[in-house]
Amino acid sequence: MSYSLSINGATRQIDLPGDVPLLWALRDGLALTGTKFGCGIAACGACTVLIDGQAVRSCQIPISDANGEITTIEGLGQPGALAPLQQAWVTHQVAQCGYCQSGQIMQAAALLSATPDPTDQDIDDAMQGNLCRCGTYPRIRAAIHDAAQMMKAG
Amino acid sequence: MASWKTITRRSFIVLGAAVVGGAAFGAYKVAEVPANPLVPVPGSVPLNPWVIINADGITVIAPRAEMGQGISTTLAALVAEELDVDWAQIRVLHGPPAQAYYNAGFVERMSNEPDYRLSKADNTPNAVLAALPKILSMQMTGGSTGAIGGFLQMRLAGAGAREALKAAAAKRLGVLPDTLKTEAGKVIGAQTFTYAELAEEAATLVPADVALRDPSTWRFVGKSMPRLDMVAKSTGTETFGIDMTLPGMKFATVRMNPKRGGPMASFDPAAALVLPGVDQVIRLGSGIAVVANNTWTAMQAAALVDIQWGPADYPADTAAMLTRIEAAFATAPDSRLRDDGDVETELGKGDVIEAEYRIPFLAHAAMEPLNATAWVKPDGAVEVWCGNQAPILTRDAIAAALRIDSAKVTLHTPSMGGGFGGRTDPVPAVLAARIAAAMPDTPIKLTYSREEDMTQDFYRPAAIARLSGRLEGGKATALWGRTAAPSATHSALGRLIGFAPPGPDRATVEGGFDQPYGLPNYRYDGHIADLTVPLGFWRSVGNSMNAFFLESFIDELAHAAKADPLQFRLDLMRDTHAPSATLLETVRDMSGWDRLKRPGFGRGVAFCYSFGTPVAEVLEVQDTPAGIKLTRAWIACDPGLAMDPSIIEAQMTGGMVYGLSAAIHGAITFDDQQVVERNFPDYDPLRMHTTPSFEVKILQNNGTFGHIGGVGEPGTPPAAPALANALFDLTGTRARELPLNRTFNLMT
Repeated sequence: MSYSLSINGATRQIDLPGDVPLLWALRDGLALTGTKFGCGIAACGACTVLIDGQAVRSCQIPISDANGEITTIEGLGQPGALAPLQQAWVTHQVAQCGYCQSGQIMQAAALLSATPDPTDQDIDDAMQGNLCRCGTYPRIRAAIHDAAQMMKAG
Repeated sequence: MASWKTITRRSFIVLGAAVVGGAAFGAYKVAEVPANPLVPVPGSVPLNPWVIINADGITVIAPRAEMGQGISTTLAALVAEELDVDWAQIRVLHGPPAQAYYNAGFVERMSNEPDYRLSKADNTPNAVLAALPKILSMQMTGGSTGAIGGFLQMRLAGAGAREALKAAAAKRLGVLPDTLKTEAGKVIGAQTFTYAELAEEAATLVPADVALRDPSTWRFVGKSMPRLDMVAKSTGTETFGIDMTLPGMKFATVRMNPKRGGPMASFDPAAALVLPGVDQVIRLGSGIAVVANNTWTAMQAAALVDIQWGPADYPADTAAMLTRIEAAFATAPDSRLRDDGDVETELGKGDVIEAEYRIPFLAHAAMEPLNATAWVKPDGAVEVWCGNQAPILTRDAIAAALRIDSAKVTLHTPSMGGGFGGRTDPVPAVLAARIAAAMPDTPIKLTYSREEDMTQDFYRPAAIARLSGRLEGGKATALWGRTAAPSATHSALGRLIGFAPPGPDRATVEGGFDQPYGLPNYRYDGHIADLTVPLGFWRSVGNSMNAFFLESFIDELAHAAKADPLQFRLDLMRDTHAPSATLLETVRDMSGWDRLKRPGFGRGVAFCYSFGTPVAEVLEVQDTPAGIKLTRAWIACDPGLAMDPSIIEAQMTGGMVYGLSAAIHGAITFDDQQVVERNFPDYDPLRMHTTPSFEVKILQNNGTFGHIGGVGEPGTPPAAPALANALFDLTGTRARELPLNRTFNLMT
């Protein structure tokens, strides 16, 4: 069966069974590989995308239920046109291996849209489901604060 | 983008006659460089094995693999330093399997002498050259050697290319090369040429002599460079191995015998084959692969295959394995790499302090699950994409598995989503190639499930240590450490090269025998346990085991002596190795150690000299209603030469987080010969809210430019003992077993 998904502002057709999770439709079906597979059980946050602005674990959403506007890391900004969060990530040289960072950035995007000027406690609460084995958490925290200031200044 | 091909081996030995100059080194003749594996493609000219020039800019071919440690940026900076190019002109690719990309840094890991005792002469480039034949086939990323091995090699590559470009311009202008300048990718004389304009001609020229820049003129080395992979990794556009996408590609997963090394008695694929989207179930000897039209379906189907597993040849559970490890104490020591003074006489005087410590097996658990993509072409050649730490070994393992010549294997090494030592083994690449061989001319992407990644890992050994010490007048007079463990080296090298090297196994005792403590009587023994659990190299290898034992025990001695644990260490170290002592003083001052401790807080200190770099860490913990919280950490390290401070800071911080994660939560256990922990909830790392804040200081006292230490691993070993010592300070309970969440209520 074919499903129609709204991804990064475009309508995309995907020809996979309805119980296939959104993560694999993005990666294997549409070659949108910026969204990462880490655990498959919503325990690591690597597959985080936005649906209607809410951060969700795409490994848990069957494509038959993936209604709404989906935003992936590719839709947030591009190498030549970085979103403020991505610019802050570069400024603070956050990434090491970089594998978890798409999910971290999408989670942070949801945080900043709900809480434009987060405290450290807000960051702890919002980001604690996103694992990073390289231990980049201190730089992620600094980058989120920095992006918040950038976005506030417009 | 520039590209490399391995179809033929034309040789541009630009460095063949190069002479290294400059005050720091004197002058050495560089041994003949192995053949250049790079061949020109239209518009792209390889000047030597490390530098390709085309109209878009400069492509540095990195001999080491990027897995987050930042090595590709540092290696590129070393080339750029000599080549006179702007940072924006630089790209990096990983090189093909080739001897040219040997790792000269490994020579510094071949001595059984404690590093702090090595003389400067042992660390000069001469020593590297002398060992060249020994290491010629070692195209490996590991041992925190990347920047050490690249320090001379990559600057020579840049300088050799620069001089060849100048020679080409000089020929055109009819002047001597010395009259020309280079700047921002151009040779400047009476006329200005871009490097791209000169590249083709330069590739045919061998410069007469090559002088390296004086360190005082460096523009890139020693600075925090913008990482070359940062934009891609912040936009989801970095292509990891797991992101490979090829036309007509199918998606596979594997399910291998969880009783490691055991056979597969039988399997029935019927239930898997009826799932929509499943192509095939393929027998792989000790397991199966499922190929489907998406990875998730392949994973669902793999779970449905009905398999009868044969047994492994190790004990059934962790308790029985620990009994086996304990039994090793009764065997003759495999090593006694330190035996200063007369430990037996001193301990024979009585009042001996003794302790036994136990630590579990550990998994690597990188964020990117194991994976590989393979494509067997109609002519029988195979192309494989697999993040790996050992390209030559991986290529040859693929060739052996498919019974084809190595020349028919093209291996690409994409960026890795973490490695930590866990991507040395060629197993995923070999399995992908075998699956692809069963489906010719169909690209196959193999992705392990997290459960398969965790249960098919090659683990850090479990170990038991027994330490004895003696105090007199508040000072330690003797220490005898004994570590019993199965050998990661024997296990890993047995798989990788077919035999375990003879001689004492340093990895079982490193971090214990080689520390700069000036104890008059100091002995350290390694006992190898007979246990065939598959083992591998885990970030900092044996240092992660022995630093916990030794640094916990030193703390116990300090408390028994009613001494301050930091001052106690300092007194033992000051006359033995001044740079190490300075690090202890540095973390003491950074952390305000001498100020009155806040009520409800505890602090611990630990030290380890590993991979050429001494590191001291202080950790603060706090008792809170939600459990014990890690609040602040201070790290002081001394790599001798700090090539990129931002990357070093990240490696020290990340190394400590990795060590703390394992210390609190990390344990791989066995039941019915199978690993019990299967996914992150069973093997949790630190998270945003449980990670302390960090302050890092990088000193450069440890030797001159002749000595450079690694940075990828040395941050890890002091983490566990610093935490255990802080928990003792807070609670009065001494942790002699890891993980610590078995003893303490730590915040999660």
